[in-house]
Amino acid sequence: MASLVVIGCSLGGLDALRVLLAAMPAEFPWPIAIVQHRGKNDDRLLVPLLQEVCALPVGEVEDKQPIALGHIFVAPADYHLLVEPAGFALSIDPPVSYSRPSIDVLFESAAASRRTGAVGVILTGTGEDGAAGAAAIKRRGGLVLVQDPSTATAGAMPGAAIAAAPVDRVLQLEAIAPALAELAREGRLPEALRDDPGPK
Amino acid sequence: MTSTNDPADLDSLELGLLLEGLHRRHGFDLRDYSRASLSRRIERFKQQEGIASTLGLLERALREGDLWERLLRELTIHTTSMFRDPTFFLAFREKVVPLIRTYPFIRIWVAGCSTGEELYSTAIILHEEGLLDRCRLYATDLNEEVVSQAKTGVFPVSSMKESTGSYQAAGGQRPFSEYYTVRDELAILSPALSRTTIFAAHNLVSDASFNEFQMIFIRNVMIYFNRSLQDRVLRLVHGSLCRLGFVCLGRRESMRFSPHEECYEEFVPGEKLYRKVRE
Repeated sequence: MASLVVIGCSLGGLDALRVLLAAMPAEFPWPIAIVQHRGKNDDRLLVPLLQEVCALPVGEVEDKQPIALGHIFVAPADYHLLVEPAGFALSIDPPVSYSRPSIDVLFESAAASRRTGAVGVILTGTGEDGAAGAAAIKRRGGLVLVQDPSTATAGAMPGAAIAAAPVDRVLQLEAIAPALAELAREGRLPEALRDDPGPK
Repeated sequence: MTSTNDPADLDSLELGLLLEGLHRRHGFDLRDYSRASLSRRIERFKQQEGIASTLGLLERALREGDLWERLLRELTIHTTSMFRDPTFFLAFREKVVPLIRTYPFIRIWVAGCSTGEELYSTAIILHEEGLLDRCRLYATDLNEEVVSQAKTGVFPVSSMKESTGSYQAAGGQRPFSEYYTVRDELAILSPALSRTTIFAAHNLVSDASFNEFQMIFIRNVMIYFNRSLQDRVLRLVHGSLCRLGFVCLGRRESMRFSPHEECYEEFVPGEKLYRKVRE
């Protein structure tokens, strides 16, 4: 199953994303989709602030946009971002875990369409959005990395993911980009980290 | 024929069977709806109803009319908020209203009106600009029950705080409370706002064009459709719009790659307010 990295963050997320994306190699092959919680009319600053530190092209998703390799896709304010086999889809369904965009919605749709190819990353944040999504990725045999709650700006969200799912690694923020790059170099999930998808 | 053991393929097969069954039994064709949102809504519905499997849901939806009504609503409603994207409504007021003011009569179609938030937002601006009496608005949705709800103009009073803020951000100058009365936690919008509106059931997937319009609102409706259905609906919209008429899409929707892309110019860049410049 083709790989896709999905990243979720909330309070403190902008700074964390800038650290993570600055360290992503320009040749990183997999697409990356990001949900950062933000205000509903706040659609101007996030993409430029991420692009300025990142070698990969960053853009805000338009409905039914194809999921191009090596691109970084940001969920638009006040829309859920979902993954389909043919591309991204958007929705204005009610907030999930008090959030729109919701990390759970992105992660669960990534798990359903990419199965073992889904790689979830939960960064700093308050609340519990992303915990159910991380669990869904693990149930379908994907991989989940979580920022160490003890050193995150806000530890609740990564902590909730660790409590809800058998996550693969808990890492310092600075170690996440190298870990993703290593996974991509191997071209697949390493044997030791690959779970049996098991019965649904 | 190919066969499969892949669980992802089996999920997709079950969903396909459900949609096929609903189409053949009830005449509503959801097969070209966007699958990711549809799957979420079906899962939520199964949980609410205590139904374990998608095929179990199909079996009951074939036979139980009231369950089918609830399912149709769950799968097709797309409630928005009043003055969603205030800058769009500001652009409508400042850039489009001066133009349509010169028309003797204005027909506006609010396609996929759901519970009416977009319709009433538009009507309030037209009212404030003194144009409402010269307009005929057509508010349509595929679900008759939802259309009836839109017609009542009743919303939870809890939504009025957000609506008021968005109204002001959209250039509204009056106290927003002028437009509704409150009873039992419900905000009842002034019936004068929908005086010139015709409410009707219309299915964008299967029904034809029914008039020619100077303006069509279809914001955040087609995000629930796949590309091929979007193209079909855009053809219907194109054929229903007069020359120099306006089409309004959602903030992250676009005419790009649509069959009629070259017939439209972006009238207000960034607001997805398009004008038909060629047939």
